[in-house]
Amino acid sequence: MKKFINNVDDILSESLTGFADANTDILEVKFKPDFIARKSKPAKSKVALISGGGSGHEPLHGGFVGYGMLDAACPGHIFSAPTPDQMESAANYVDSGKGILFIVKNYSGDIMNFEMGTDMLDLENQTIIVNDDVAVEDSTYTTGRRGVAGTIIVEKTVGSLAETGASLEECKTFGEHVNKMTASMGVAFTSCTVPAAGKPTFDIGIDEMEFGVGIHGEPGRKREKIKTADEITSELLGAILEDLKPNHNQEVLLHINGFGGTPLMELYLLFNSSKKILDQKNIKISRSLVGNFTTSLDMAGGSITITKLDQKIIKHWDSPVHTPSLRWKM
Amino acid sequence: MNAEKIFNNLNQIKLSIDEHQREIEKLDQEIGDGDHIFNIQRGIKESLDLKDKLIGQDPDQVLKEIGMKVMTTVGGSSGALFATLLINMSKKYNSELTNQKNIASMFTEGVEAMKKRGKADLGEKTMLDVFIPVSIELQKLSDHEDVKYIAKKIKEVAKNGMLSTEDLIATKGRASYLGERSKGHIDPGARSSQLAIEAICNTIIKT
Repeated sequence: MKKFINNVDDILSESLTGFADANTDILEVKFKPDFIARKSKPAKSKVALISGGGSGHEPLHGGFVGYGMLDAACPGHIFSAPTPDQMESAANYVDSGKGILFIVKNYSGDIMNFEMGTDMLDLENQTIIVNDDVAVEDSTYTTGRRGVAGTIIVEKTVGSLAETGASLEECKTFGEHVNKMTASMGVAFTSCTVPAAGKPTFDIGIDEMEFGVGIHGEPGRKREKIKTADEITSELLGAILEDLKPNHNQEVLLHINGFGGTPLMELYLLFNSSKKILDQKNIKISRSLVGNFTTSLDMAGGSITITKLDQKIIKHWDSPVHTPSLRWKM
Repeated sequence: MNAEKIFNNLNQIKLSIDEHQREIEKLDQEIGDGDHIFNIQRGIKESLDLKDKLIGQDPDQVLKEIGMKVMTTVGGSSGALFATLLINMSKKYNSELTNQKNIASMFTEGVEAMKKRGKADLGEKTMLDVFIPVSIELQKLSDHEDVKYIAKKIKEVAKNGMLSTEDLIATKGRASYLGERSKGHIDPGARSSQLAIEAICNTIIKT
């Protein structure tokens, strides 16, 4: 393992400290319990959006704290859900009187810890569970679909709605709508290496890929021989479109996400492969986002996310945002 | 039951978990994501650090404080579940009962709370495949006077529960994404839970 490390136990605190110091204009980081919060309190009362999850997915979630997106984020240890006291402290810190909306990726550990956090909390609150990953079948026999790269689309659009002074109920309903309109699927070429473990999480052959991989390197649908970008894209999009069933001339947001170990050049190539297929199907890409946003440490590979757009989602996607990792119009 | 005994058991659990560190890590890398061993080791260390503060206090207070420590330092599914077990066990503590009856009722309360928190039950390839049979057996043996006999039986039940996860298909937690591929691997949470129970049983058997 070759990583920038002083002491393996200090990775998270040293990284969070650097993150805070690099973004002093936007946010601050509190320790014990750890959370990242916007530096300036909102001018008027608004629903406070809080997300969180294991670390190792940066910029998710801390990189999206700021105007137009999250009010706070709770980072857990690498790949481990944060603890309930983090959510409680963050909520009490950023509350401005209109309630708290938690945005949680559908993983057992996250669900349990956020539930325990809300049990401890005296503030009005609601939770949106993001489950955009179509790789895992949603049946009574599984924990259900995972929350992956589509999470930032929920965070961006609901974050924008919250800035308008919308109620907790409106924000929750809209977030659930965006989640429903969103589907993702990814593929990994290499394993990530959890620093404390010091070696790759899983073995994968030099010519193999894990199809439908999760954002912790946990397996997906199948292990296969690597194929061309067009073939991989066709399979990923096939599963996504089967789930979303877009109409003819449907407008969509296409988000190509890298897992941390794949160059941006390849991600744009994946965008190109996706556009060819979507053009053929008369699906119109009217918004796009390409980059490493929901990562899995140093894993190579990426995911495709599509959100079916309507006027309301477009409005809240286009609105101003000012966070360390997503910023436009301000 | 007293604070000193609880910390003594915790120390035995630490020794056993440390001894099996590589094995648990490997199991978790096969069907999870490799964070389990670090989380439980962190939780045990943080809990042992409470010893000076809690020695001499009532057992329910000690369990509750350890539960809160686990809840705020471990994270992940195992942190939430072990904390739920300990905090809910502490709620049922009744010093007027015999040790056997007291522990059986506390453990049952804790395990029921874990089932609710994890929305899981027997046969889903989780740590509950160890905890549920153990709580049933503790109830069954709660009239028995010979604690060493109880400890031997519980050790056996925990081991069988842990081994039973090997042939199961995971339907809860991160291993569930593997579906059929989760078969043939022992659940890491079940293994660490069984090791903890075994360490406590061995302490009772040896004294």
